[in-house]
This record gives sequence, structure tokens and C-alpha cells, in this order.
Amino acid sequence: MEIFDIYLLEAVLNGLLLGGLLALLSLGLNLIFGVIDVVWICYAELIMCGMYAVYYLHVQYHWPLYAAMPAAIVIVAMLGVLLHQLVIKPVLAAEPINQLLVTGGVLFFLQAAATLAFGIDFKNLGVSLPAVRIGEMSFSAARLIAFGAAVLGVLGLFVFLRKTYLGTAIRAISQDRAIMPLMGVSPGRIYTLTSALGGALAGLGSCLLVLQYDVHPAIGLSFGPITFLICVMGGLGSMAGGLIAAFVFAQFISVGGFFFAVEWGYVIAFAFFIGMMFVRPQGLFRR
Amino acid sequence: MLSLSDISAAYGGFQALFGVSLEVRAGESVAVIGPNGAGKTTLLRLISKLIEPTQGTISFQDNSLVHVPPHQVVGRGIAHVPENRRLFPRLTVEENLRMGAFTAREKYQERLSLVYELFPRMKERRAQPAGTLSGGEQQMCAIGRALMSGPKLLLLDEPSAGLAPVVVQSIFELVRKICREGYTVLIVEQNIRQVLKVVERAYLLEAGKIKMQGPSQDFLRSEEIRKAYLGL
Repeated sequence: MEIFDIYLLEAVLNGLLLGGLLALLSLGLNLIFGVIDVVWICYAELIMCGMYAVYYLHVQYHWPLYAAMPAAIVIVAMLGVLLHQLVIKPVLAAEPINQLLVTGGVLFFLQAAATLAFGIDFKNLGVSLPAVRIGEMSFSAARLIAFGAAVLGVLGLFVFLRKTYLGTAIRAISQDRAIMPLMGVSPGRIYTLTSALGGALAGLGSCLLVLQYDVHPAIGLSFGPITFLICVMGGLGSMAGGLIAAFVFAQFISVGGFFFAVEWGYVIAFAFFIGMMFVRPQGLFRR
Repeated sequence: MLSLSDISAAYGGFQALFGVSLEVRAGESVAVIGPNGAGKTTLLRLISKLIEPTQGTISFQDNSLVHVPPHQVVGRGIAHVPENRRLFPRLTVEENLRMGAFTAREKYQERLSLVYELFPRMKERRAQPAGTLSGGEQQMCAIGRALMSGPKLLLLDEPSAGLAPVVVQSIFELVRKICREGYTVLIVEQNIRQVLKVVERAYLLEAGKIKMQGPSQDFLRSEEIRKAYLGL
């Protein structure tokens, strides 16, 4: 194979790995929107909290990663419930713009609180995973692990939504809210459960991101906008659409970055997004 | 079994029911008939606690339903087939039925075979999204979903509404079958002639008030009913 082709293949595969991670991130946001009809603009800031949780438990308190990471998932799941009970519940019946603004407020609140609590410096887990060489290509092990875990997370959620009573109720509630009590389902409980699930997915995302990136209070801004745009492109609330859009976006970033420069990858991806909004404003898959 | 006494209720800002009293005994099939906007649907929504009465008491099996939250009503044995069926269109038939068994999971398999026995068509269509069913099939699925909870009392809101005349016939056949199976049924209908042939007793609800009650034979014989509602 020509050296150029190998690098291109490497870029495509790296895009696939990134796509898995973005798919996981967008899944949580889509789940929340699909069920509760509210966009957690502060979703990536929950991920930031989870990254700090892993960092402090592991580096400060010397928990092994296999304990720190599940703990972080539980912590972010609880943050999700807290967010729902304290912030979302009072505005459930409010205008969508108010709901956006209030979760936007939480975004800046969490950022500011993190700065206050943890300082602005970049914190590193200090775990360095080797690169995996396949033929002449090399991949970061952290990315491979992230991809594997993201796929498992997506599949796990899928099975839960298909096979369990609560999962079926979660899918049902987005189709007809008003009659859920007739099934013996309390919508409030489903909302709380969904918030915990969305939080847990953000928590899983934070475990995978903290392996690859330093934590700092504004890290959410690196993932938040792109996660939101992926959800919009896939059709807000459509999980299948979000998954596909995540892989499309990741290829733009990775392959676009390969042909030009990494920064160009993002420029192209967002330009594509804007173009898509003219052509298909409802997203690839409308619910 | 079910007893409403002196119930008043408001719906959408105006009063829909005025001092309604109504009784359903175990094993009975009872209809509430009346014109559009008489408050029939409101009556069923009250029993399911989807709305609160402004006055009066509701009790079921000698227990008051006043402080029972809506999602606990089905656990007490009251299943409600809502107006327009309200299936979950993107869930399959079987998933819709599973939602009906949400409060009775340990009996799921047993009741599923029971519902499939009652509606063989549902078994054929079990993997199909409910939104793709025909109107009559959707009504079967909605009734099946309610039966999955193993109700002592079945509330049916206009099961014949929006269906083709041929299908209406078969839906009333089904309702008759369900009544014969021993379910206690309270049914609200505008299709008065048909429903009176199926149930044992009826109430006439007009403008939020009970205007007449008695065995359905009396209704069919009543000059007033025949003129106003049966067009005879």
C-alpha cells in the first residue's frame, strides 16, 4: 500500500474510534431530550464533573481506576438526578427557550464552581497507555478502550430499552405522555430514572475522556457544542440518527484533519453542519 | 364495586359534571350514553384519577379513590381504554401489551396467552408497530393492553369511535364477548343503539347530569330515547 493510503486508512479508523465516543456522548443527550423534552445544554459540564471525580479519587485518594471510574459514573448519575429535581422539574411546563436558558445557566455555574473548587490548571490522570501498532498504523490504546467501552455502553442501553419494562416505558413515554398513568407508570419516576441514566452515560463518557485529555473547568466547551450539534444533525431525540451523525461528524474531523490540519477538520465539520441545517433542518432522522 | 356519589368536576375551565351518582356492581356491564360533550369522557377520566373531582366521592371495592394518585389506580384493578385508543404507535403490538402489564409483571406470560386467545389477530401482528394496525385492530390492541393488567373493572371510552361501520359491528361483538368472560365493564358510547344491545344497564348523561337510568331494555323501549337518540 502507498504510504499515503495507509495514513488515510489510519485517519478513517481513528475517525471511527472518535465516532464511537461521540456516539456515546450524543446518546445521553438524545435520551434526555427524547424522554423529558428538555435539552441539557450543560451535559458536557456533567462530563467535566465526572472527569474531576475520576481525577481526585485516583490521584488524590489513590483509588484504583477500576474503583474510581464506577464511582464517577454513580456520582454523575446522581448529579443528573439532582439537576432534574432542582432545575428541570420547576421549568418542565415552561417555554423551551426558558428551559434552554436555565440549563445554560447551569453550564456556567458548573464551570465557575469548578474553577473555584479545582482551580484553572490542567490536571492529568498521569496514566499513559501505550500506542497499539497494527501493521504500519498506530492507534492510541486509550482511544481503542474508549471505543470499546462506548460500543458496550450503547449496546447496553439499547438492550435495556428493548428488553425491560422500564426501558419500554422510557420509549413509550416519548410517544404518549398523558396516558402513562393508565399503564401504572408515574411519569415523574420515569423522568428521574432517565436523568440518572443520562447522567450515568455522561459519567461513562467522562471516564473515557479523562484517559485521553487533561481536565480543566472549561473542558466541557470542547465536547458540549459538538455533542449538541450531532444530536441536532441526527434529529434531536432520535437515537439512531445521533449514532449515525456521530460517525459522519467524526469522519469529517479525522479525514478533514488528515487532508488539511486538525483545526480544519472541525471547520469543515461545522460548515457541513450549517449547510445541513439549510437542506434538512429537522435532522437526518426526524422522530 | 364502583360507586360515584354526587360528583362534580370541571374540565378545561368549565364545569363538565354536576352532582353525578353512579353505581357499577361486580360482574355487571353498564353503559353511559349521551350526546357529544355530555361529560362522558370526563366521567371515565375521573375514575382513573386523571382529573380530580371538585366535589363528591369515588370509591372502588369499598375503598375511597380520593387520595389515590393516578398511576396507582390500575394496580387497584381498574383498567382504562382511553378515547381514540392511544396506543404507543412506534412500539410493537407486543410491547404495547407489555406496557399494559407494567404493574403485573409476574402474570405477563399467562395474560399474554389469554389476550392472544381472545384476539388471535394480535398474535399474528405481535411484532408490528401498533401505528401500522387498522383502526379495528388498534382497538383490539388497546383493549388487550388494558386486559394485561388483569383488571376487575374495565373502562371503555367510545370503542367504536372513528371505525368503519363493518368494524363497529365486530368491536361490539368483542365487547359482548368480554362481558361474557365475566369482566365488569363500564362503557361510554355515542353509538347508543349498539351499546344498549350489549350491556345490562345504562345511564343517560346529558349536559353533565344523569337524566335517566335503568336496564337497557327500558332504554330501548323508552319513547324519549327512541325519538332523541335512536331516530325511530
